[in-house]
Amino acid sequence: MSAEVAYEKIFERPASLKDAPTHYCPGCGHSIAHRLVAEVLDELSLREKTIGVPPVGCAVLAYNYFNFDMVEAPHGRALAVATGIRRVHPDKFVLTYQGDGDLAAIGTAETIHAANRGERISCIFINNAIYGMTGGQMAPTTLLNQNATTTPGGRNQRLHGNPIDITRMLAVSDGVVFAERCALSSIKGIRRAKKAIKKAFQSQLDDMGFSIVELLSPCPTNWKMSPKDAWAWVNDQMTQTYPLGVIKDTTGYEDKK
Amino acid sequence: MPSEKMLLNGSHVVGEAAVRAGCRYYFGYPITPQNELPEYLSARMQDVGGTFIQGESEVASINMVLGASVAGGRAMTSSSSPGISLKQEGISYMAGMELPAVIVNMMRGGPGLGNIAPSAADYFQATRGGGHGDYRTPVLAPAGSQELAELTFLAFDLADQYRNPVMLLGDGLMGQVMEPVVFPDFIDLENLPKKDWILDGCEGREPRALYSMLLGQQGELYYHNLHLQEKYDQITENEIRWETQGEDNAEMMVVAYGTASRIAESAIEELKAEGFSIGLFRPITLWPFPKPPLRKLAQSIPKVAVFELCMGQMVEDVVLTVGERAEIYFHGLPGGIIPTPAQVADFLRSALKGDGKVGRRIEV
Repeated sequence: MSAEVAYEKIFERPASLKDAPTHYCPGCGHSIAHRLVAEVLDELSLREKTIGVPPVGCAVLAYNYFNFDMVEAPHGRALAVATGIRRVHPDKFVLTYQGDGDLAAIGTAETIHAANRGERISCIFINNAIYGMTGGQMAPTTLLNQNATTTPGGRNQRLHGNPIDITRMLAVSDGVVFAERCALSSIKGIRRAKKAIKKAFQSQLDDMGFSIVELLSPCPTNWKMSPKDAWAWVNDQMTQTYPLGVIKDTTGYEDKK
Repeated sequence: MPSEKMLLNGSHVVGEAAVRAGCRYYFGYPITPQNELPEYLSARMQDVGGTFIQGESEVASINMVLGASVAGGRAMTSSSSPGISLKQEGISYMAGMELPAVIVNMMRGGPGLGNIAPSAADYFQATRGGGHGDYRTPVLAPAGSQELAELTFLAFDLADQYRNPVMLLGDGLMGQVMEPVVFPDFIDLENLPKKDWILDGCEGREPRALYSMLLGQQGELYYHNLHLQEKYDQITENEIRWETQGEDNAEMMVVAYGTASRIAESAIEELKAEGFSIGLFRPITLWPFPKPPLRKLAQSIPKVAVFELCMGQMVEDVVLTVGERAEIYFHGLPGGIIPTPAQVADFLRSALKGDGKVGRRIEV
């Protein structure tokens, strides 16, 4: 019996990911999110027609890991840049991959208006409630009482304002056809996230409108927790402020088992 | 074929010329005094199957231009001074990533919200890069409608040729005034040089990435900046443009660009009638500034009189160019005032006499 027959390959690196070690910290959710995006692109045969826009933030170097065309946007401007790309290439596939600071603080206007125009863009939104790359400052999504380097003693509603639920805000716009929040902190959650990403991407392919998948994502380094505790913190704390589930779905797709 | 002779305001001239030069992607945010340009293109882009988006801000608009450019389209935005300040972040990123685009600034008075009258107070911002980092953008300064049309074409070509943002620098007056213009023919979009760096999906090739963050430990940013500087040196070497009038036997050269040069022309006519011999040196590229031809003139002509619609910005380039070769006089007016030719003629008479009554002598 030859080796080719004896072993069947059942798991491999998606073609949409490069063979490169990432710079992400142990326990960080980015690596998982990258893999999910890449798997879905492969499954939908989209790699060669995809143009991706990474954020300024921890994922700024995503073009070193994703194996398709990418352009770096100024901080917060990913969806404006993606809009320009999409209008030149109506037959291609455009995604942004953005963090909470990029999408929900400095880029709020670009985010809301691209969504409201119903741009045919899919947005992967990584919410880890902290500024990772700059070293742990408050994010717009930082929870009340959560410690950040710029919220000594914890985020105080009166001093620092409230955690922002940007995905729910976007969902009220008619331009948005699909919005779901998932958590990268359990096997079940990761599998659910992949389904959501696939639905979002499919809605773009079907020319429906803007889609966003928010992924609650652990940041053990800046939360100063072990990866295990970080998963637990997502599940126990973050989901209190950011409940999981479909926020809006007008795609009409059946949820396949 | 070129168009019939048409009568349009300057903003419409830029819009029509842009479409004929192959621009199919316009993104902008309203601001006076250039609103007629986006209004024109909102309709015209529909005719030609292009894209017009009124962005949510100048910041968003310039980043849509960035996206359209990286995707391979001929893209432009337009604004006026305060809006151009907001676009500087995006222009810096495009310079860093070497992305072509055309940015139109119909200048108004500043600082701050200023007023909506013509001004030339954005010269420093336009010619010194404008945003953060060590970069330059070619700056084209038309002086009338025909030139607005022609320089719009040139702006798109230079942008593509050098992979760099190019600025078209007019002012509120130029955008409003109606003058006859003959447009060059539509370019053939299919026959433009192919861009081998754009993002259009990696089918049949390796994926591409465009970025301006260069953290590499091996001096990645250092060498990138040296590469950019080489490009800027090439542009300086090859792309200076200017026009001269009446320089033979002139006792003085007036240096002025854009609307100021039009006023200066009338003033010069007035002085010619009085028997003076005065020439006009009109920079068309503000960066690169046409130093060699001006320096040559200053070797034989004893006086240079600089007139600007601001308190003195281009005059610094004139000083750097002319040095002690000729006496330099300056007269400028802050934004909001359009001087009459008679006022400028007073300055020129004063400069000829060297009496310092109107304007001032610049000591080098």
